[in-house]
Amino acid sequence: MQIGRVARYVLGTITLVVLGLIYLPLGVVFLNSISTSETLSWPPPGFTLEWWGKALHSEGAFEALGMSVMVAVAASTIALVLGTLAAMALSRYRFFGKESVNLLIVLPIALPGIVTGIALNNAFRTLMGVQLGVWTLIVAHATFCIVTVYNNAFARLNASGTRLEEASQDLGAGLFTTFRLVTFPHLKSALLAGGLLAFALSFDEIIVTTFTAGPGVTTLPLWILQNMFRPNQAPVVAVIAVILAVLSVVPLAIAQRLTAKDAEAVSR
Amino acid sequence: MTTRSVSAFLAPRRRLQLAGLLTPPVLWLGLVYVVALAALLVTAFWTVDELTGQVQIEWTTDNVVEVLTEALYRTVTLRTLGIAVLVTVLDIIVAVPVAFFMAKIARPRMRHLLVIAVLAPLWASYLVKVYAWRALLSSEGLIEWAVSPFGLDTPGYGIVGVVLTLSYLWLPYVIMPIYAGFDRVPDRLLEASADLGAKGWTTLIAVVMPMIRPAIIAGSIFAFSLSLGDYITTGIVGGTTQMLGNLVYANVGAANNLPLAAAISLIPIGIILLYLAAVRRTGALRSL
Repeated sequence: MQIGRVARYVLGTITLVVLGLIYLPLGVVFLNSISTSETLSWPPPGFTLEWWGKALHSEGAFEALGMSVMVAVAASTIALVLGTLAAMALSRYRFFGKESVNLLIVLPIALPGIVTGIALNNAFRTLMGVQLGVWTLIVAHATFCIVTVYNNAFARLNASGTRLEEASQDLGAGLFTTFRLVTFPHLKSALLAGGLLAFALSFDEIIVTTFTAGPGVTTLPLWILQNMFRPNQAPVVAVIAVILAVLSVVPLAIAQRLTAKDAEAVSR
Repeated sequence: MTTRSVSAFLAPRRRLQLAGLLTPPVLWLGLVYVVALAALLVTAFWTVDELTGQVQIEWTTDNVVEVLTEALYRTVTLRTLGIAVLVTVLDIIVAVPVAFFMAKIARPRMRHLLVIAVLAPLWASYLVKVYAWRALLSSEGLIEWAVSPFGLDTPGYGIVGVVLTLSYLWLPYVIMPIYAGFDRVPDRLLEASADLGAKGWTTLIAVVMPMIRPAIIAGSIFAFSLSLGDYITTGIVGGTTQMLGNLVYANVGAANNLPLAAAISLIPIGIILLYLAAVRRTGALRSL
C-alpha cells in the first residue's frame, strides 16, 4: 500500500507515545524500588538501595517465586498435551460439534476469572470433596491455559497443510512416525510460543488462584497481594516486579525469534 | 502390542484416531469445567442456613429474583458494562494504529523489537501495575504533579481511575491479535487495491478493515471479559466504586452466601455468552 510520508510519521509518533505510556508506570515502579519514600510520592525525595538489599534476602518472596514457577510449569505441561491433542483433532478431522469444542476450549479464559474461581472452588470442595492444595491450583491453571497452546498449534497446523503428512504416510510411515518426524518438527515453535504464553498466564494469575490455592500455598501474586500494602514491604514488592520484568525479556526474545523464523519457512 | 501394530491398526480408522485425540481434552474440560459451571448455576437456586452459614439444598428462586429486581444489581451491572465497554473501545482506538505501524510500516528488525516491547509488560505482575497506577493517581503522585501547573487535578480514585488502569492492563492483549490480523493481510492485496486506483484511506476501509475485523473482535473479547469480572483493580484504584466482581467477591467472602454470589455471577456469564454467540460466526474465537 502507498503509505504517505505524513501517515508514516503520524503512526510512528503514535506508536512511540503509546510505548512511552506503557512504560511510564513501570518506570515509576523502578523509581519506587530505589526511592526513600515508602508511599510512592512524587517526585522521589531521595534514593536508596535499601529495598534491593531487603528483597534479595526476602525468603517469603523466593519461596513464593519457586511455588509460582512450579505451578506454572506443571499447568503449562498439561495445557501443552491437551492443547496439542485438541488442535490436531480440530485441524485434521471433520466432525459434528466442532464449534462447540472450540467454544469449550475458549470458555475458561472468556468467562470472568471470578466466575471460574468460585465455580472451581465450589466443585473441588463440595462436589469432589477434595482439600484445596497445590493440585487443585494446578488443575485450575491448566484449564484456562489450554486455549493459548491450542490457538497457536491450530493456526500453525492450518497454515502448514496436510500435504507433507500425506506424503509421509504414502511413503510408509505410520501415524506416530509421521507425527514425530513430520508434524511435530513443524509444530515445535508454535508449541513453544503457546507454552510460554500459558506459563506467563499461570505465573501472573491472581483471581482464580485466590479461590483454588489451599492454605499454605503462596504463589508470587498471592505474596505480592499480601505484602503490597505493608509500609515496609511495598518497595520490596517493587524490586521483585522490576527483576521479573527485566528477566522476562529473555524467553520472549527467544520465542519471538523462533516463531518468526518458522512462520517464514512454513509460508514459503 | 508395539507402537507399530497400534499405528497399523489405527491408520485406516479415522473415527478412532479422532476419538483418541479428542477424548483427553474434552474429558478434562467437561469434568473439571463444565461440571463446575453447572454446579455453580444450580447453587444459585439453593439457600444458606442463616444460623450456621452452611449451604442448604433447598430449592428457591429468591436469589435470582433478588438479583433481577433489586436496584443495586441493576445499577452495578450498568456501571460494570459501561466501564467494560469504555475500556474495550479505548483499547481498540489505541491498539489499531500501533498494530498497523508494527505490521505494515516497521522494518522486520524493528518489528521484532516492538513485539517484545509490547509483550514484556505482560510479565511485570498485574498487581504491581495496578499498584503503580495507585501511585500515579494519588494526590501526591506523578499525574497531580504534571497537571497541577495547568490548574487541573488528578482524577484520583474512582471510575476514571478504574477505566484508565484497566485500559492500561489489557492493552497488550488487544494489540497482539490485531497486530497478527494486520500481519495476515498480504501486501499484494494492498498493492492491487492501489493499482486499481484506491487511495490509502479507501484501501484501509474497504480492504483491510473487513479482513482484520475478527482480530479486532478477538482483542475486544479479552478487554471486555477481563474488565467485566475484575474486582481487584476496582478495590485498589476505584475508591468506593463497586463492580459486579466486587459484589460476587463480597458474597463469597465476608457474607459467606455462595448461592447469592452464584446468582450474581449469572449476570456476567450471560453477558459474555451473548457476546460470544454474537461474534462466533466471525471466526474471532480462533484469533484469540
